Amino acid sequence: MSFQTVWFLLIAVLWVGYFILEGFDFGVGMLVRAVSKNEADRRAVLTTLGPVWDGNEVWLLVAGGATFAAFPEWYATLFSGFYLPLFLILVSLIVRGVAFEYRSKYGKAQWRQRWDIAILVSSAIPALLWGVAFANIVRGVPIEKAASGSLEYTGGFFNLLNPYALLGGVVTLTVFLTHGAVFLSLKTAGEIRERAQAIAKKSGLVAAVAAVGFLAWTNLMLPEINARVLTLSIIVALLWVAGIAANLIGREGWAFIFSAGTIAVFVSTLFYALYPRVMPSSLGSQFDLTITNASSTDYTLKVMTVVAVILTPVVLIYQGWTYWVFRKRVSATQITNPDHGALDAVSHILHK
Amino acid sequence: MNSLDLARWQFAITTVYHFLFVPITIGMGFLVAGLQTAWYRTGKLQYLRATKFFGKLFLINFAIGVVTGIVQEFQFGMNWSSYSRFVGDIFGAPLAMEGLLAFFMESTFLGLWIFGWDRLSKKLHLATIWIAATGTLLSAYFILAANSWMQHPVAYTYNSAKNRAELTNIVEVLTQKTALATFFHTIPSAAFTAGAFIAGISAFLIIKGKDLQMARGTFKLGAITMVISFILVGISGDLTARIMTTQQPMKMAAAEALYDTKANAPFSLLTLGTLDGSKSVFQIGLPSVLSFMSTGDFNGVVEGVNDLEAKYDKQYGAGNYTPNIPLAYWSFRLMMGFGFLGVFFALLALWQMRKGSTPKGKWFYPAMVSLPFIPLLANSFGWIFTETARQPWAVFGLIKTADGVSAVVSAGAVLFTMIVFTLLYGFLAFIEVGLTLRVIKMGPAEEVDYADPKLGGSEDKQLVMAY
Repeated sequence: MSFQTVWFLLIAVLWVGYFILEGFDFGVGMLVRAVSKNEADRRAVLTTLGPVWDGNEVWLLVAGGATFAAFPEWYATLFSGFYLPLFLILVSLIVRGVAFEYRSKYGKAQWRQRWDIAILVSSAIPALLWGVAFANIVRGVPIEKAASGSLEYTGGFFNLLNPYALLGGVVTLTVFLTHGAVFLSLKTAGEIRERAQAIAKKSGLVAAVAAVGFLAWTNLMLPEINARVLTLSIIVALLWVAGIAANLIGREGWAFIFSAGTIAVFVSTLFYALYPRVMPSSLGSQFDLTITNASSTDYTLKVMTVVAVILTPVVLIYQGWTYWVFRKRVSATQITNPDHGALDAVSHILHK
Repeated sequence: MNSLDLARWQFAITTVYHFLFVPITIGMGFLVAGLQTAWYRTGKLQYLRATKFFGKLFLINFAIGVVTGIVQEFQFGMNWSSYSRFVGDIFGAPLAMEGLLAFFMESTFLGLWIFGWDRLSKKLHLATIWIAATGTLLSAYFILAANSWMQHPVAYTYNSAKNRAELTNIVEVLTQKTALATFFHTIPSAAFTAGAFIAGISAFLIIKGKDLQMARGTFKLGAITMVISFILVGISGDLTARIMTTQQPMKMAAAEALYDTKANAPFSLLTLGTLDGSKSVFQIGLPSVLSFMSTGDFNGVVEGVNDLEAKYDKQYGAGNYTPNIPLAYWSFRLMMGFGFLGVFFALLALWQMRKGSTPKGKWFYPAMVSLPFIPLLANSFGWIFTETARQPWAVFGLIKTADGVSAVVSAGAVLFTMIVFTLLYGFLAFIEVGLTLRVIKMGPAEEVDYADPKLGGSEDKQLVMAY
């Protein structure tokens, strides 16, 4: 296997990790208000994300950094080409992170309400736009050879808003929403858990319809039916159905494993359909960015492989350990003084 | 303004802003870890109060550092895609390593620290803040190595077919002396910044008569950290200046507004130049000091701007290789000036408070309130100097900034994103300062005791820390 293929795989793994982890963060963010009746509920919901959301987001930073290091041409064409969607994602991630950290610091109901709306919107926007972006990559976008010799995106913003890509956005939006609801039903207790389960039942069906439509479209779009892409697509659908079923019978752990599995195989399907291209051009395959023409030198890839092989297992171990430390369900009854911000009242309340 | 100018402004705004928070985070991480260690060792509650109080301020600050850091990683591709294509083979590697090694470590262990008070044993919980702080240090190291490669590219070959620089030796990129000197200049600056943050806030608490037992201790910690780190910043600054003189003589000449090559060059205290920046009309200086600073010899020859310009015209083809001289000259002086001002206040306050008294002078309150901001100005001017005085180059001698900008992004798009980022960042600063002031006004909470998680344990116990 060439180093380019190794790095194509590693980047796919990083995106899989990112979408599984921040996928439920986005879902929970969208659901904060929907699953809560009062302030204690909302704070319990946000506390499920508290220790982990920042670490989850690092998967995106590493995916970005790895793309820069391993496939600079891909990084450059993609980030300058998808300029406005990425900008909207950045603004959302900024607002969202600050909202998580600051909303409960201060006691005024209005202050928190505003941050809650910010969390809702700034979770929904990236959940939608990541789907739009990936669908466009798979579909192919106008890329041409510029005078400088590099392959540049020439499509503009509205080119990215085609029906296939928008459907892709709906898929990620609804899948992440459901994934977040399943995560909440696994991580909370009491009424929040029940409400989250109920939402997952409904949104799971909507996501199923959108995803099946999108996968069918993806298969038909390929120049010829590709047996492996088709198989992967069917596995995605089956995993999702299994997740819905597990949620129906109240097996939350399994439901989460299946929804995470769905996301993993879904992202893998898209990457598989791309390989060995990383950003196909809709203007002719001579303008495709591929793992060969977009990559760094073998030396750089070799260095990065050594680093990744040593560090990735370590990261997985300690990040997994974090989830183990905070494995207990959070319930609204555990939130002391929900109407006081951390900065209002004495913040040292200790359990007896 | 064209898209190049706008992209430069955007980079300047977002990066200077990001770096207001970075040094506080790096320095505070270690100081809070130190305070918690003191509590762990002695069991004295004033250390626990200090850990929680400054920990809170640290987190409010860290949040903005994190979210603005995402923009840093993405804007190379968005606004500077030609630069990214040219340097990606080399520049991308430390960035990816930074993510994999440092960002995961910081974010994961900080999450464990914040929410782990009642979940981890005392010892393990203490370890999490040390690991998170180490993460910030590693992060600084990789990004400074990447920046140092822009100041002084090493271990590369130029591939003309692909028009890019290609890496030949990663170890050399990570260990070249520019990177090491910069690291040893930046990290003590971060300690200086955090020291000023803690000292200024503690002094404010002392003035308001809040928790004197804690505040006197943390004031001393902050002020002494400032003094020690100031010395280290000075030593590494001297080293950095010498390295800079050999690697980027134009930058040193610009910093000194030294137009003509000289032996026994003076260190300029005030230089007034003509508006077109081609010569100076009035100078006061310390004789031979510049020669000593740049070469280690009072008789050393320092090259001047005009001679270097002529030399570069020959070497790189006709063009303008002179950076903005007034900007370089003043930012260099303001960097040092604010550093001196900060340490002067720290020493004066330490001296007057040496026997447990509180200074009565009118200077004390304004000086202490401004203390946390002084290093921020020094840091910002330092980066403004080192980045603008490298111009016109993005990577010295290899690629010009003008050739690095994205070809496909319109000026309107850059202008739009710049306006939104600026408004958003301004708004965040407003909230950040507001929350910080709130925490300071409330003062440290009374920590009655600490509950060991081993003693608790029921599923439904109250969460010590929740969002």
